[in-house]
Order: sequence, then structure tokens, then C-alpha cells
Amino acid sequence: MSVFINKDTKVIVQGITGGTALFHTKQMLEYGTQIVGGVTPKKGGTEVEGVPVFNTVDDAVQETGANASVVYVPAPFAADAIMEAVDAELDLVICITEHIPVMDMVKVKRYMEGKKTRLVGPNCPGVITPEECKIGIMPGYIHKKGHIGVVSRSGTLTYEAVHQLSEQGFGQSTAVGIGGDPVNGTDFIDSLKAFNEDPETHAVIMIGEIGGTAEEEAAEWVNDHMDKPVVGFIGGATAPPGKRMGHAGAIISGGKGTADEKIRVMNECGIKVAPTPSDMGDTMIEVLKENGLYDKCKTH
Amino acid sequence: MNIHEYQAKEIFRSYNVAVPNSKVAFSVDEAVDAAKELGSSVSVVKAQIHAGGRGNAGGVKIAKNLDEVRDYANEILGKTLVTHQTGPEGKEVKRLLIEEGCDIQNEYYLGLVLDRATSRVVMMGSEEGGTEIEEVAEETPEKIFKEVIDPVTGLTPFQARRLAFNLNIPDELLGKAVKFMMSLYQLFVEKDCSIAEINPLVTTGDGEVLALDAKLNFDDNALFRHKDIVEFRDLDEEDDKEIEASKHDLSYIALDGNIGCMVNGAGLAMATMDIIKHYGGEPANFLDVGGGATAEKVTEAFKIILSDDSVQGILVNIFGGIMKCDVIAEGVVEATKQVGLEIPLVVRLEGTNVELGKKILDESGLNITSADSMADGAEKIVSLVK
Repeated sequence: MSVFINKDTKVIVQGITGGTALFHTKQMLEYGTQIVGGVTPKKGGTEVEGVPVFNTVDDAVQETGANASVVYVPAPFAADAIMEAVDAELDLVICITEHIPVMDMVKVKRYMEGKKTRLVGPNCPGVITPEECKIGIMPGYIHKKGHIGVVSRSGTLTYEAVHQLSEQGFGQSTAVGIGGDPVNGTDFIDSLKAFNEDPETHAVIMIGEIGGTAEEEAAEWVNDHMDKPVVGFIGGATAPPGKRMGHAGAIISGGKGTADEKIRVMNECGIKVAPTPSDMGDTMIEVLKENGLYDKCKTH
Repeated sequence: MNIHEYQAKEIFRSYNVAVPNSKVAFSVDEAVDAAKELGSSVSVVKAQIHAGGRGNAGGVKIAKNLDEVRDYANEILGKTLVTHQTGPEGKEVKRLLIEEGCDIQNEYYLGLVLDRATSRVVMMGSEEGGTEIEEVAEETPEKIFKEVIDPVTGLTPFQARRLAFNLNIPDELLGKAVKFMMSLYQLFVEKDCSIAEINPLVTTGDGEVLALDAKLNFDDNALFRHKDIVEFRDLDEEDDKEIEASKHDLSYIALDGNIGCMVNGAGLAMATMDIIKHYGGEPANFLDVGGGATAEKVTEAFKIILSDDSVQGILVNIFGGIMKCDVIAEGVVEATKQVGLEIPLVVRLEGTNVELGKKILDESGLNITSADSMADGAEKIVSLVK
């Protein structure tokens, strides 16, 4: 088991004929992901990497039976691409594109109200269920199949955490990159809920950063509902207030969104927070031992 | 992106958001001419810098005649203002706004921001005009009123009325207040603002509702569709290294420390700053070279770090996913060839093509200390710099 995606997930690639999308389509195919089609307007009827290209998401879904899509469409057109996938009633849309205007995402979120589609991202590395399905841009080979759920606002910090876990023999059930933008789809709580319900996931690491209050809300949720141990890390303890640290959402404004406050609330809610990014794996191992889950989670 | 108050007020006028008459001045003579043209009995001389708290720092003066306008313009132009938002080094004033004085009856706060919890724009108002809204939120949160705006309908008249009533704006000015709020929302959305803040919004003796101050920030991601806004950019207000970085599409922020960092990914870049501090060092910058950087881009990034005189050592921390370690290594070698390297350099490479990357660095003959992990890298650079 896993969350959001597995070996049966059938994926279409929106914007498949662009350079980045082509590169990653190849990588995803090599990983074993079922890429069943691509969408680029006016390129319908052609084929890339052995994958048929369609003019619209509707066409692609009808012809291939896809239930998920990944969006690599350039930022000015990405919001529209997400809405097209939502309109086609896909179960899951993962948007990799970064630099989408916030107002566009405000509209997308409104458009999605009452619709069935789950959005992950934008500005995220994607989602991977090791050895089954990889949707996004993460380096596949660092991931091992196992029982630790990973959810993170940052791409490279996710790789760092996964690498530390895999090196020490702890595989992952699914790693979810929720993205670094202030307005996004799936959040920490959605992911934690899914991991809580997944019988193969025994513990979760959530990696947050400065800006907003999503980590605090997630910590409260963990305190009230989560049956499995959660370990955390927060990036940006040394970031100056008022400056956007790369991610559009990573900004301390009006004294809100500091790392100290997030870590304080997480500790209060029973989440052990790694003191440095180098300790994410070790902190997880400590917590697994404390909870008698070490042997259950040791995969290799 | 930030703009000046006078530029924000120009945009306000184009949307019929009411502001007092005013003119920008780049010299003392222009300031006096501007006051003459405005012809009001009282003029306000306001320093134009990208920071709040100007009044308390002596950057806003009320002049009762043209001689006083000249005196104050003389005093403020060229002065370095230090406010709670400028940092200790302050900011030099190069532009003034000359504005007609008005008969203030009441001061309010009005702002528009994105509310991350609801993914919608929120209009906030308070009767505590002139005070920092963060302070009001802290001490008397019940005095802040909010309207969450549906992007389909935009701010509706009933919402604007409700906010105006909550702020106790007099009934006879209700119509003007509602029009003000609705125009401001329209501007906010059409120009892709990230913050609009009016503090204070005032009602005047002659029955006007006016924006006495105006602060607009814009969503950098949307600037591609607002060429008019990009023209307002004032490079004097930005760090030279940050300007250079933005030319090469690098995400760079200057900090106060002495350890330069080059990292891929925003989260990892922040975490790298944190771990340097954890081991007792001080980061000199935040720098995310991005996922798809070329050797040329890495070279530029390295040059920017080295152009900072306070940098006494560099930590490169790369987790290659899409970014390949050999590309980083080539960039580092190329940059040091071009500009020389006389300070310690610690490199931690992990991920795609890591062996190839390490080989390139080893064979370069450069004095590079390699590290096995983030912690190892941070510890090494901190001890080398001390």
C-alpha cells in the first residue's frame, strides 16, 4: 500500500513536448511509471518517447483511461492546465511548475471547490511510491520501498531526508512534495490523514519551513488524530524577517511564520523536531526505537 | 517587487482611488516648484524610500510656506534614514514626495493581503489608523475587521459597506468609502499585488476619504504581464549583488555573516544557513542556484558570492537530483579560474553523478576541502573561517 499513487496509477503528462517535460517523461518511464499519454495543444496525433500526444486532456483521458496527470506547462499557462485536468475529472493532478502567479492559484482553488480532483503542488518535486510509481522530478534511485511516509514543502530537503533514511536501512511508503507556494493543493494535514490511514506506513516525517502557519495547524491535527509517530524539521530558523527565501511562501511577515514558533508548537503536540537537517534520519530512528517500531520499519 | 509611495499613488489615481494632490521631486528646486504648483497653504515633504517608519526617523515634515519646503527638502534629500525596516545601515533618500496638506478628521487602517488559510484575498480594516497593524493585531485583535473575498464576485458592495460600518466611518461618507474599497480591490487583482496597505486612510474636514499613505507590493511571479509596473523598479533600493543575481535568474539574498553558501533548492539553502549557525558560524547569504542550473550559471553564482568582501569562506552544498554534481563541479572550477580563490572552500556533493563531480574537483588542483554530509561540511567551513 501507499498514498495517492501506486503501480496502477495511469499518468498523462501535460506540456509533454517541452524540454523539461521530455527529460522527466523519459526518467519516469525508466522508473516504471505508467505514462499513458501526453497533452500539448496542436501536437495531437504525434508521439514522443513512444507516448501518444493529444490536443486536450479530455481526449487523452478518453483514449488512455488515465486517472492522474503531471503538469510541466510554463507558469503563465499552468493554472489553466490544472483547471483543464480538474474539468476532466482526474483523481490526481501534480503540478511541478514554479513561479505561477498567486492570483491564478486563488482562482484555481475556487474552481476546484466541490470537484473530485486532488491537486499536489504547484512548485513541488512531485510524489513517489518507491519501486511502483514516480511522478515528478525527484531522483528515483535514492528512494527505497518501506514504511516511512515523507511530506515536505521543499524538494531538495525531501531528497536529503529520504537519502538519510535509505542509507540507514529505512525505506519509504510514499514521499509527497506539497510545494513551496503560499497557495497550494494538498497540504500537510491531507497528507498526514492519508498516511494515518495507510496500513503500510508506520511513521511519518514532515518537513516544513518558515512562512504561514500550516505546520502549526498540522501539529494540532497530529495531536488530536494521528495514531502514528511523527518526526519534524523546520528550515529557515536563521532567515531574516520580511525576505522571501527562494520559495514564494517562505517569508516571515508581521512576526508570523517563524521557525521558533513552529518548532515550539510541534514539540507541544508530541512531534520530535530534528535539531539540524543532518539529523532528520537519526531523529526518526530514535523515535522508531521509542515506539518499538524499529524492526518493523527496517527494510534493508 | 516594491515600489515607492509616489508611484503607488500614481496607480491609485488611475483607478480612481482617492489620494491628495502631490508631485515627486528629485531636487530641492523641484520640491519648491512642486509646492508652488500645488498651491496649498500647508505642504508635506515626504522621503521616498522602500521602508516604513519614515515619520519617526525624521523623513516626513510639514511645511507652512515655501521657505520651509526648501529647508526641509534640503534637510531630507541625501539624508540616510534609519527605520525599523531599513536595518542599521539605513537608506539614503534620493526622491521626495511633495503633497498638499489636508484637514484630517479621523485616521483608519485599510489593507489587502492574501490569506493563506483560505487561499483568498482578505480586506482588513481598523479604526486604529497610524498604528502598525501587527501591533493592533497583537494588543487589540477585536479592533481588526476582515472581509474574505470570493474571486468570482470580487469584493461585493455589501462587504465594503459592512467593513465601513465596522470602522465607524460617518454615514455621509459611506458612499465614498465603499467606492474607495471597491476600486482598491480591483487595482489589487488587476495588477497582481501581494500587499496593499493604506495607513492611514483618512476622512477630511471637506468630506473626502483619502489614502494619505500608500504601500503596494507586487507578486514577482506575475510581473511578466505588467510591464508598466516593472518600469517602477528602483535599483537604488536594492542590493547590488541581488540585482546581479536576478540578471542570472539566481535566487540570492544578502545576509550579515562571513560564510558564503551555494546550494540547490530553496529548502536546502535555508537549512544550510541554519546548520552553519548551529555550528557557530554566520551565513553571508542565501543562494539557491535552482534545479536546472548550467555550469555558466554556477560560475556567475560563485562570482557573486566572491564579490562580497565580508565573505571569508564558502560552503557549497548540493544534493543533485536533476542538478548533476559534475555540472556544479565544472562551474566551481571555472569560476575560481576566472576570479581566483584565496579563501577556504568546502564542498559537499551528493546525488546524481557524485563520483564524476568529486573527480573533477580532485583533478582541478584547487585547494578544496570535501565533506561527507551537511553537518560535516558546516563544521569544516566554520572551523576554517575561525
